[in-house]
Amino acid sequence: MVGEFDGLAETVRVEGARILATLIRTVGDVQIAEDAVSEATLAALTAWSVTGPPPEPRAWLTVTARRKAVDMIRRERDRAGKERDGLLMMELSRSDLPPDGVMHDDQLRLIFICCHPTLSPPTRVALALRTLCGLSPAQIAGVLLTTEAATKKSLTRARHKIAAANIPYRVPSEPELADRLPAVCGVIHSLYTAGHAPLDSADLYDIDACAEAIRLAELLHVLLPDQLMPTAVLSLLLLTEARRPARLDAAGTVVTLDRQDRSRWDAPAIARRIELRNDSLLRSQQQADAYQLQAAIAAEHARATSYESTDWDEILRLYELLLSIAPNEAAGLGRAVAAAEAQGAATGLALMGDLPHTARWHAVRAELLARQGRYAESVGALDEALAGGATRADQEFRTRRRAELLQMAWPD
Amino acid sequence: MAEYLALVYSADVDWWAPEQADELAEYRQFAVQNADAIRASVVLHPTSTATVVRVQGARGGPVITTDGPYAETKEALTGFYLIEADDLDQAVAISAELPAARNGAVEVRPVIASR
Repeated sequence: MVGEFDGLAETVRVEGARILATLIRTVGDVQIAEDAVSEATLAALTAWSVTGPPPEPRAWLTVTARRKAVDMIRRERDRAGKERDGLLMMELSRSDLPPDGVMHDDQLRLIFICCHPTLSPPTRVALALRTLCGLSPAQIAGVLLTTEAATKKSLTRARHKIAAANIPYRVPSEPELADRLPAVCGVIHSLYTAGHAPLDSADLYDIDACAEAIRLAELLHVLLPDQLMPTAVLSLLLLTEARRPARLDAAGTVVTLDRQDRSRWDAPAIARRIELRNDSLLRSQQQADAYQLQAAIAAEHARATSYESTDWDEILRLYELLLSIAPNEAAGLGRAVAAAEAQGAATGLALMGDLPHTARWHAVRAELLARQGRYAESVGALDEALAGGATRADQEFRTRRRAELLQMAWPD
Repeated sequence: MAEYLALVYSADVDWWAPEQADELAEYRQFAVQNADAIRASVVLHPTSTATVVRVQGARGGPVITTDGPYAETKEALTGFYLIEADDLDQAVAISAELPAARNGAVEVRPVIASR
């Protein structure tokens, strides 16, 4: 029964988030709209756990949320002696759903305001989780590894800034989209990354940030089908997701790519995604963006039937392209690994020189040193990696690997 | 319509010095081009002319003044514009045309009230 209830709670949350956008536009007040939706979702949970969900859950929630909003506006009016627009009350008493096109625009407006470039990147992620995914501050704190109080504070600050600074609630025009989409895609991507590398406490929470990120990527792709960046982000996320089941073994320990059981990859999903990515590449007349290149790299890994048959030359070429348009540490390490596979460990090690010495840097260096038979140095590098922060699964893997390498270095 | 204060942070220059003439002309050009949006503008003397005022204890207590700026920083407040705009996007677009947006920074703050 618990599972059934979770499924219901999920439907209610997802549908609630979808109708919020339209209600915000109708009411013109984010707080009233959010409160109305959250009261409607509570009512839905109570009613549906007895009767089961109605044939059209979204319509039920919409009508209920509108009624709750009317109650709230009336209460506020009585208290403040304010007159509210009669048209608004009429709009809210309707029982039909707005047309799809209107709902799409409402959703886009909400997405672009949550991901506005004048808000800090962490604030955008928190707002997106609250407003677009319908998560509670406690659940957001779980995903972002912060406290509920801190999350509430940052959400309040963000809402205050949106209102005080008059951040516009509108869909950017076609020429503006190119400037605004990277912020939106960045939110989706970092949300996925947060879910993909959960630290210790994260499995205490039942929210799958990866699933939320994919849902948002799908939504953005559906809402802006002609834009390439959302397509690229979606294919990157889905290609990565298809390989997720093999990343950890039954005991929850990290399994590196070379040892993963590729039969646990979701092959049909991978085939579909490679198609999606190819389509996005075909449509891009200009230079590929960073997400397309990352998706291309993920696709190369995904299409290889074994670690040995991976086309490392192609992956190396893609990493070099990626570094030329979006230099960052992860891409630099990726290139070093690809170069080590394609041209030998020495080439890989040489390429690592300039990169920042993070825990992951030391771990990669340890593996490349081991390839060259320099086991003692490799153990030293892993010690450095273990001293830095990492997920519990990563730490366990590195501890075990260190023991193996120690054995290689000093066989007795 | 909303009002924003665009605070100009740049090198702590003396705008009257001859070597500032070119940049000052750029600011004048900005003011002409955005005359419709600009409600007020202020150009400041360098921070070396500043005086910080504090009153010790309660109201009516001794007035303590110190010579120089409130905080020593590489970039100083050298002027500001009161801008009227539809929303933050428009205020940001206007502020981005200021020379300080390239060689310093412009802080855009929504205004509660002005007169």
